Amino acid sequence: MVNGTREGMELVTELTTHSTGGAERSGSVVVGVLALQGDFAEHAAALGRVGADVLEVRTVEELKRVDGLIIPGGESTTIARLMIAYGLREPIIERARAGLPIWGTCAGAILLAEEIVTLDRPGLNLVPMTVERNAYGRQIDSFEADLSSRELGGGPLHAIFIRAPRIRSVAEGVEVLLRLGAEQEHEPVAVQCDSLMATTFHPELTDDTRLHERFVGMCEAYAAADASRSVPAAAGGSG
Amino acid sequence: MVIETATQTVKAGLAQMLKGGVIMDVVTAEHAQIAEEAGACSVMALERVPSDIRSSGGVARMSDPSLIRGIIDAVSIPVMAKVRIGHFVEASILEALGVDYIDESEVLTPADESFHINKHEFAVPFVCGCRDLGEALRRIAEGAAMIRTKGEAGTGNIVEAVRHMRSVQGAISRLQSMGDEELVSYSRDIGAPVELVRQTREMGRLPVVNFAAGGVATPADAALMMRLGADGVFVGSGIFKSEEPARMANAIVRAVTHYEDDEILAEVSTDLPKAMPGLEIDKIPESEILAKRGW
Repeated sequence: MVNGTREGMELVTELTTHSTGGAERSGSVVVGVLALQGDFAEHAAALGRVGADVLEVRTVEELKRVDGLIIPGGESTTIARLMIAYGLREPIIERARAGLPIWGTCAGAILLAEEIVTLDRPGLNLVPMTVERNAYGRQIDSFEADLSSRELGGGPLHAIFIRAPRIRSVAEGVEVLLRLGAEQEHEPVAVQCDSLMATTFHPELTDDTRLHERFVGMCEAYAAADASRSVPAAAGGSG
Repeated sequence: MVIETATQTVKAGLAQMLKGGVIMDVVTAEHAQIAEEAGACSVMALERVPSDIRSSGGVARMSDPSLIRGIIDAVSIPVMAKVRIGHFVEASILEALGVDYIDESEVLTPADESFHINKHEFAVPFVCGCRDLGEALRRIAEGAAMIRTKGEAGTGNIVEAVRHMRSVQGAISRLQSMGDEELVSYSRDIGAPVELVRQTREMGRLPVVNFAAGGVATPADAALMMRLGADGVFVGSGIFKSEEPARMANAIVRAVTHYEDDEILAEVSTDLPKAMPGLEIDKIPESEILAKRGW
């Protein structure tokens, strides 16, 4: 890279140095952000604010090094296509099945779903739920709203929905964290299924870091369990 | 529950979702499908690509709604369309059609020589062109939620895109070292609101997403613009004026994702279909330089 002024690069360096200066963390986990297309830099910045180490993931080698993976907002058709074209789809599925925490926001939530309404290529098929793309309408229907957040603790969570998908149904075993409205019949907008989390809105576009903190906590738990498993049988560790 | 639409956050937010992607000019529904299949994050619907506008001359206007509707129906990615500078009625029509972003573009013939559209009045977000920091911040002040450096559309020549991106990035980097006492006079010099200048200094970048445009013809051109600081790339004539649009589109998408990986860039640049023929900027008559439209 010659004479470039790419601020994304500086951002990553800055995040690394911030990782001990923000909220204090053990610094032992590396949270990956899938950086094929979309707002991965915004996620990296939010992770930096909660004191996590961040790695942008574009290759299988980079995927092997992370203790958790965020699939960001972006265009789901583009990200789905690039995951297949660059040989990342199968390795992501394998790591997810081995317990790697994955959090999908918007496009990422679409890709995690088992059933996707109107996506012309396969997603990751990991969370037993049905998601419909662009189900609130076109861009002029994009919106912001305050969600009540009993599950997360603290006050309402301000959520930004951009050409957002709609979670039409979830199977048993999928926990609903947040709904669009106070009643039980209101649709889910944040769900969790074991180590997989999906939100149809964009926490990375606000200053509220509760969901990023929750996810980093999941990554820490995974890394700790993984380390205790691989110590007695070093050959079996998946890294 | 209070639901707010058309806020600046959701307008600028869609541009954030397009980052790291390629927005491709398309003139038919079939082109749009080729673009989506190749991994475009959005398409720009227009009647003629810029190189054809340049060669055929005449007044270039907003596209026919039937063409835009056909493209909206053909793909699931966001659809953008262009209006003439200052033509707020064309913009109202595009908003009614449900386009996701409007490009108030110098590629079309300007409708107003004094004023750009007051973009705050619209629910649909706008992207506008710029050649330097002052022009970018003036457009943002009028309500643009996304910026693109202009380059020189329809030339297949990257030199103007580089000039404009370097101009914006250079100004932002000089701004970083300026004290508060310099900001008002600097804002006056570049003709931009001081609050936006201050915000740019604090963020160390433009306050909205900034793509590169105008002259991208090869994967290497696209990666060059990313390394110079673009958040993503518009490709106009470069794809559908090349010999094999689908392959060129694929290669440019890959180059934008992996813009720092020299091995992948070498791979996607190998045995490419012939790129569009280019134009030297000095050979274009002064009156036909598109980047000079707008202020």
